[in-house]
Amino acid sequence: MPHPRRVFDRQLAKLDEDLLAMGREAEAMLGDALKALEERDIALADETIARDDVVDKYRFDIEMRAMEIIATQQPAARDLRRVFAALSIASDVERVGDYSVDICKTAKRLAEKPLFKPLVDIPRMERIVVQMLRDSLEGFVSRDLAIIEKMINDDDEVDHLYRYLHDELCDFMKKDPELVDQAVQLLLISRYLERIADHITNIGERVFYVETGELKELHQ
Amino acid sequence: MKGEKMASMSRLQAESQVENRIGGPPKVEAQGFSFFYGKTQALKSLDLTVPENSLLTIMGPTGSGKTTFLKALNRLNDRVPGISHSGSLLLGGKDVYDRDVDVATLRRRVGMVFALPVPLPMSIYENVAFGPRKRGVSSKKRLDEIVEEALVSAALWDEVKDRLDSSAHNLSGGQQQRLSLARVLAVDPEVILLDEPTSGLDPISTLKIEELLRVLSERYTVILVTHNPVQAARVQGEVAFFYMGELIEKGPAASMFVRPKDKRTEDYITGKFG
Repeated sequence: MPHPRRVFDRQLAKLDEDLLAMGREAEAMLGDALKALEERDIALADETIARDDVVDKYRFDIEMRAMEIIATQQPAARDLRRVFAALSIASDVERVGDYSVDICKTAKRLAEKPLFKPLVDIPRMERIVVQMLRDSLEGFVSRDLAIIEKMINDDDEVDHLYRYLHDELCDFMKKDPELVDQAVQLLLISRYLERIADHITNIGERVFYVETGELKELHQ
Repeated sequence: MKGEKMASMSRLQAESQVENRIGGPPKVEAQGFSFFYGKTQALKSLDLTVPENSLLTIMGPTGSGKTTFLKALNRLNDRVPGISHSGSLLLGGKDVYDRDVDVATLRRRVGMVFALPVPLPMSIYENVAFGPRKRGVSSKKRLDEIVEEALVSAALWDEVKDRLDSSAHNLSGGQQQRLSLARVLAVDPEVILLDEPTSGLDPISTLKIEELLRVLSERYTVILVTHNPVQAARVQGEVAFFYMGELIEKGPAASMFVRPKDKRTEDYITGKFG
């Protein structure tokens, strides 16, 4: 006799697959947004902006799937927490896509002329944020809270880099008002990355919730 | 920015235990109560308190001891050969197994509704009046009052008030089950036990019974037994999970179905066994 939860388990597994695929798409968008910035590639920025529709569609698909599971399987306990977490995580990943679009739009404005300083800290922030996104979704699927703990520590580093960049760019602007246009755009990009890290931290909170039943801010 | 420091996971997990208790004086109390059929132990040192005027749903798989617990409460097991028990099972502070307990009185105080409604082969009116008559109520006026009150409380009055003299067998399954409840209510019980009362009913009749139990639990102590976790979740109130004769976990339905404390409860309500 087949396992009584076979259909249900397959539905839950599909939800995981969709979340991972959505995460990979958002991660690729973020990578390409930074590449468009670094290489002043307007065509790549436009192409990346167009891909936001794919991420949005994943979110709607996950929402529909979650509703179907609730309606047909009446999940309880960890299953229930997992379905609701998937909904919340999909919403956070969608925001990663939205901020990648914002970075692309800013990159297009910055592409008009060479940058007054080489990009160092922004690519560093991006690398950390991409890793955080991977870790958070990996933690969701593998139920590994240690990954989540590491991810939250990474958020502190992103916050630190953001504050450092903020101060540095403000100093540039004070010394040379000619730099204000570019510095403000760079400041915006660093702010977008910092916000992305916060959304990924929310994902970590949901993973913690699924595994422990406790919903709380993991930062203090 | 979300703050500065990451708190340790272990501390967060330790803090995550939240207790939720319901007050009210105890109506039913099992204290180290065990029950045996010969050498088979059906209940294992059960400790369980049900406050007055509350609703407790007992869920568990077949053989978990939930029906044995109900039957012990009004001593329906008394004639089963080879039974024995230890510990205490208190009703209003007095052990139902004390020598001076009159079983007939106990069964009036603790009414029982079974899985399949069994209407007596008589009219709707006579089905409800049967218990009070046996208790010596003979005044027609008083019997009329009792029958109406019981049928109103069982949410059946509006459907049958114009045909009280027709046979109870003409009622639908859901109506017959509410008639069973009216018969219990007619003898003025303190505790109402229900053993899988909706197992043969359609979804609408099931919801009517569940709603009725919530209303009745404001005036009576109601104990519902079900093998269906979804019903336990829907009925709300407190839920106790029995497994292999043990009480594994008890708490408000809302928290038990979102974050059960015991792995066995989790596995049962998520359909991994049972």
